[in-house]
Amino acid sequence: MLSLSRIHAIFRKEIWQLARDRITFAMIVMIPLVQLMLFGYAINTDVRHVPAALVDHSGGSAARQFVADVEASQAIRFVPGFTDISKAKAALTAGQVNAILVIPTDFNRRLDERRRGGGRAIAQWITDGSDPMLGNAVNALRQMPLPQLSPTHREAALPPSALFEVVNFYNPERRTAVNIVPGLIAVILTMTMILFTSAAIVREREQGNMEFLINTPIRPLELMLGKILPYIAIGLLQVAIILGLGHGLFAVPLPEQWLSLWLVTLLFILASLTLGLLISTKAQTQLQAMQLTVFILLPSILLSGFMFPYVAMPKPAQYIAELIPATHYVRLVRAVVLRDAHWTALLNDIMVLAAFIVVGMTLATLQFRKRLD
Amino acid sequence: MLAIDVQGMSRRFGDYLAVNQLDLQIPAGCIYGFLGPNGCGKSTSIRMLTGLLTPSSGTIQVLGLELPRQADLLRQRIGYMTQKFSLYDNLTVLENLEFVAGIYQLPRRERPLRIRQLLDLYQLEDKTQVRAGSLSGGQKQRLALAAATMHQPALLFLDEPTSAVDPENRREFWERLFDLSDAGTTILVSTHYMDEAERCHRLAILERGEKRADGSPADLMAQMPADVYEVSGPELRQLRRQVLGWPQIMSAAQIGQRLRLLVYKSASWDLPVLQQQLGPAYLIEPVRPSLEDVFVANTGAAYAESVSHSRNFS
Repeated sequence: MLSLSRIHAIFRKEIWQLARDRITFAMIVMIPLVQLMLFGYAINTDVRHVPAALVDHSGGSAARQFVADVEASQAIRFVPGFTDISKAKAALTAGQVNAILVIPTDFNRRLDERRRGGGRAIAQWITDGSDPMLGNAVNALRQMPLPQLSPTHREAALPPSALFEVVNFYNPERRTAVNIVPGLIAVILTMTMILFTSAAIVREREQGNMEFLINTPIRPLELMLGKILPYIAIGLLQVAIILGLGHGLFAVPLPEQWLSLWLVTLLFILASLTLGLLISTKAQTQLQAMQLTVFILLPSILLSGFMFPYVAMPKPAQYIAELIPATHYVRLVRAVVLRDAHWTALLNDIMVLAAFIVVGMTLATLQFRKRLD
Repeated sequence: MLAIDVQGMSRRFGDYLAVNQLDLQIPAGCIYGFLGPNGCGKSTSIRMLTGLLTPSSGTIQVLGLELPRQADLLRQRIGYMTQKFSLYDNLTVLENLEFVAGIYQLPRRERPLRIRQLLDLYQLEDKTQVRAGSLSGGQKQRLALAAATMHQPALLFLDEPTSAVDPENRREFWERLFDLSDAGTTILVSTHYMDEAERCHRLAILERGEKRADGSPADLMAQMPADVYEVSGPELRQLRRQVLGWPQIMSAAQIGQRLRLLVYKSASWDLPVLQQQLGPAYLIEPVRPSLEDVFVANTGAAYAESVSHSRNFS
């Protein structure tokens, strides 16, 4: 039988120690704050103001009008000074510009052809393919509507009707922060929950407290539960900080399904704590615990769907991602916060997280036997 | 009544035999010492006696419980004090004791009284709000003993309890141990310090996982297979090298201005013979054996030789 009195003794001791440990306490609040600022402002996949060079071989007024239209799209910012093609290419290599717009000498004739419905391109973009995201931004310009064509020559060149109509649900302005902030909860919880639990247990071993504890009636599961409980509260506090700030700074919507959010977050916190416990059964020093945490943290950032869409990853990466609790939580939290999903609609990922907790806890308890042999 | 009854306890780690066929009968209320050099099997033996380690063979009964099967029941009835301070440095004295009271499931209403008793007994009343990390060595020691005896265990394990405290604190600490023993607590002390071992009611000398001697310190001294002499005179370092070559000499160690000689009883060298052997320049005085002599006689090269000696001379 588990003893509540012993779990309570461990729990209370953990709270006392946490209250004394100012650095850990500061980290609990500072990590979400700093990360939110960094990721919220820095990660922006809607690319704007790509620096570009302009090589104008035609020099006519129609070309100048065309360049002004391109700049008006805000996707491009022309950097003056690279007027001939070799200088522009050198600037591309040096990274001073990420794209070159070349306007041919026969620009006016091509424009005329276009007005009559011809298919030849009127100008050429040379882009820096080493950054696909920038390249994509320029690619998107291919579909740019040209005011020079339509308003004055409406009868000659109606804009081609779109094959699809696209309606943006949930994030109509397509702001990146809306996607990043909920995912950030997964990353921050992964980092803090795993690190704090593993370090808290390894510390007992490092400082010799475990030698006393193993000779007392405390059971491994009681020790783990007592240690985990305070961190659950800390995790929930961090979620509140991230969502509150995300709402205030980046206008990320607050979820309507609070209960669902609470449920999936609790599951993820437990799964992360379980991972921390597993690490603590293997790591001998706090440094090792830290290194193992980073080992889990990196795929949690890169493969979980936080950074790159899960569906775009190759199959093997997807299989690995499925083994990472953060992957499931990123899906869950985005569904609940951004799409107001109810937890009953998300049973698949919930079941995976639950299974993860049960298997992890069993393994950790078996590993942490009180026998030394 | 026996608090600990062990028959033929052995423990093997791979090819290494850490404990070999140990028999122990420790009566209740006794302060029993495990004396031996590092790596002699003291820790391994204690871990088997607390149920942390399963013996490779042999039977263990502690407080009437069969180990390792009933280890969980045993834990509530034993106390364990580690060599290194193992409570929490960043908790106060009071918080540490409250934590331990919770771990041993003392009824909530009895805790304040029991904690006050312990604070009083171990002179920590004015330290309740002090963090354990800033206590002195002696205070830490007393706090550790208070924690280990929180639940009034019938059996107390102490691992080199006073290795880190000054002589005055050491005396005080042992007074508390004798109080506990007087009240019926059995205490098992592991140590490699002679002055700790000397205070035990009974001792087992361990080496390489085997028990070399077992008895009260006085009995062990009486049963020594050697007579002890102290020699003073010129060139003691040279004399020492010379006598160590003689088969009648078990050991020779310089202590200050004197050379302490252990001479095999089986060699039948009395004082006049020894004087004759050493020459008139030396002053020889027969002295009472110390526990260190007992330890030397029962371990290492001296032990191996004395086994072969009993064959040669008899």
